[in-house]
Amino acid sequence: MLLRHTPKEITERSALTINPAKTCQPIGAMYAALGIHGCLPHSHGSQGCCAYHRSTLTRHYKEPISASTSSFTEGASVFGGQANMLQAIDNIFAVYDPEVIAIHTTCLSETIGDDLKQIKKKAEAEGKIPKGKEIISASTPSYVGSHVTGFSSMVTSMAKLAEPTGKKNGKLNIIPGWVEPADMEEIKRLLNLLGVRSILFPDTSGVLNGPLSGEFKMFPEGGVTVKELKSTGDSIGTLALGEWCSAEAARWLDAKHKVPCRVLDLPYGLKATDRFIDVLRTLAGVSVPEEIALERGQLVDMISDMHQYLYHQKVALVGDPDQMIAMTEFLVSLDMWPMHIVTGTPGKRFEERIEAITKDLPYQVNVRAKGDMYLLHQWIKNDPVDLLIGNTYCKYIARDEDLPLVRFGFPILDRQGHQYFPTVGYKGGLRLLEKILSALLDRKDRDAPEQSFELVL
Amino acid sequence: MRKMRKVAIYGKGGIGKSTTTQNTVAGLVEMGRKVMVVGCDPKADSTRLLLGGLAQKSVLDTLREEGEDVELENIRKAGYGGTWCVESGGPEPGVGCAGRGIITSINMLESLGAYEESEGLDYAFYDVLGDVVCGGFAMPIRDGKAEEIYIVCSGEMMAMYAANNISKGIMKFAQSGAVRLGGLICNSRNVDNEKEMIQEFAKKLGTQMIYFVPRDNDVQRAEINRKTVIEWKPEAKQADEYRGLAKAIDGNQFFVIPKPLAIEELEKLLMDYGLMS
Repeated sequence: MLLRHTPKEITERSALTINPAKTCQPIGAMYAALGIHGCLPHSHGSQGCCAYHRSTLTRHYKEPISASTSSFTEGASVFGGQANMLQAIDNIFAVYDPEVIAIHTTCLSETIGDDLKQIKKKAEAEGKIPKGKEIISASTPSYVGSHVTGFSSMVTSMAKLAEPTGKKNGKLNIIPGWVEPADMEEIKRLLNLLGVRSILFPDTSGVLNGPLSGEFKMFPEGGVTVKELKSTGDSIGTLALGEWCSAEAARWLDAKHKVPCRVLDLPYGLKATDRFIDVLRTLAGVSVPEEIALERGQLVDMISDMHQYLYHQKVALVGDPDQMIAMTEFLVSLDMWPMHIVTGTPGKRFEERIEAITKDLPYQVNVRAKGDMYLLHQWIKNDPVDLLIGNTYCKYIARDEDLPLVRFGFPILDRQGHQYFPTVGYKGGLRLLEKILSALLDRKDRDAPEQSFELVL
Repeated sequence: MRKMRKVAIYGKGGIGKSTTTQNTVAGLVEMGRKVMVVGCDPKADSTRLLLGGLAQKSVLDTLREEGEDVELENIRKAGYGGTWCVESGGPEPGVGCAGRGIITSINMLESLGAYEESEGLDYAFYDVLGDVVCGGFAMPIRDGKAEEIYIVCSGEMMAMYAANNISKGIMKFAQSGAVRLGGLICNSRNVDNEKEMIQEFAKKLGTQMIYFVPRDNDVQRAEINRKTVIEWKPEAKQADEYRGLAKAIDGNQFFVIPKPLAIEELEKLLMDYGLMS
């Protein structure tokens, strides 16, 4: 995996991805499904898919990830997976008794044309779905989109549980996007401080960052309930965080049930959090509580105190589109210089957004949607940077180019903390800033000649 | 003993591939050849005339019911004149993957030794449904499977269009393997100038019209009786036609990589011959 043979010269590639900056759709669908209380994700395909998706999530969260599979064999691939799926529904409700089964497809079941909606109708007609239990499904072949697309599809399927009663519930739907359980917790804390009543979905807090209590719970306490999801059609509005991971569900609720929606960036960093708080403040009709103003002040204070170390430091970053947009904006607001920005998820608007955010910088940024880490590495070789921000896979580039690395995004397989400490909001901004500064200053200390090895920085 | 010849029959849906194959096989049997017919169609109707009815359990049904522990005798059945009949079978319409089914069953036949020298086969025939729509339907023409292809067609435009398209598939696999086109079998629909047109079409593809099978209702009468024409009415004129086709295939030595026509060329051919009368 070491990339020391990556050549500096960039040649046009049309059909080859090297070291992709994305992974399978079902991983996103599975992660989203775990944000429903009492939900068992189900992978409709062969066993290997399910095993890979579960293990990637386990490696990132260090929690057991339960998910079932249709266990396709040669026979199921030829005759279709309906029989396996119907049997699975029987088994799952009999053995594990979840509130919801969240089915996602795989490359194989998509390619042979299995129709989950039809299979679900058949299961209903045959009385296989116990009263009060739900089955939701998302189409997630890995040859389309990325893990972000899969997440978005499953979140939209969650929204489709909405059953408007005609009577408003006075709550705001918040779709937090693909953020960590700790981030979802932080968003709920901010909502509480502002006095906004909300339905947050998905909500993996309490599911994937639980305590070690000595007792195994197949379905932990956390997660949005089916009752809440049904009620999303009665909400006064939807606030979707992240165009790529949340907007589709919000727009569906708007189009189908006339729940007005608004799409914001993920609240990473100062400006994006400002916009998030401002929208909530306006909706709730309150002024910003003192506690939140204080946190903002602390973030601004740290930015000004340490500005000299951040100023014009060059950064290369890779990750998912919503994360990259907010992070790039944060870096620009710190007077840092994001140089190279890559996402593996398709979407032309990504490049437009990044170009708009960086338009006042005195250089042209390198940005690529549907890019890969090989390209990022080549860009770094041509225009060196001071810092690399990205997931664990970046450690190979960091080692090769001797760069400080801030781990951010998905997956993080070799460090801990992301489940427990938020990176959203002003508090999260402080943590991101702390990580960036530690990485830069550790490097400064390491490289300083003896006569300028400073005690105080 | 001479080497087993592996033959695949392709052609537009409904053109008469299964009928022609089975009647020809009956002719080969009369000549003393030992033949195995592998039906590669989910409908599993490629061996009906040889078996005297749709009595066979398909490879995939067997696989589904008995798991992977299948014996050769579970999936092949002796038909007219000692031919071995195999139906690959497949999913019901609209579900699953018929292409994958063909791959699975041919692999299974191979691993069970159906093609071994000890079986003493002179011919293995693959009767494949319709067009080469995906990798599964190309399975019989992949390297090491069928080595000679015959395309059943008629003077109707869609049949010729399909034949041209199938030639594209053969060309692709021929470039990397041993598969070759052995000729076009014209199953007449009484189209104007049909024989001349197909001869010309074959010439343009770089191959031959190996036989012109005239239209005769004895074929349908034999089908109603679940028999090949040769078995049902050996003295019929049509029986002799199939004997002729069997002989032509048995003696065929003209195998080529086809050169598919551009669509304009194909349409011009139709214009030239269709307007001649």
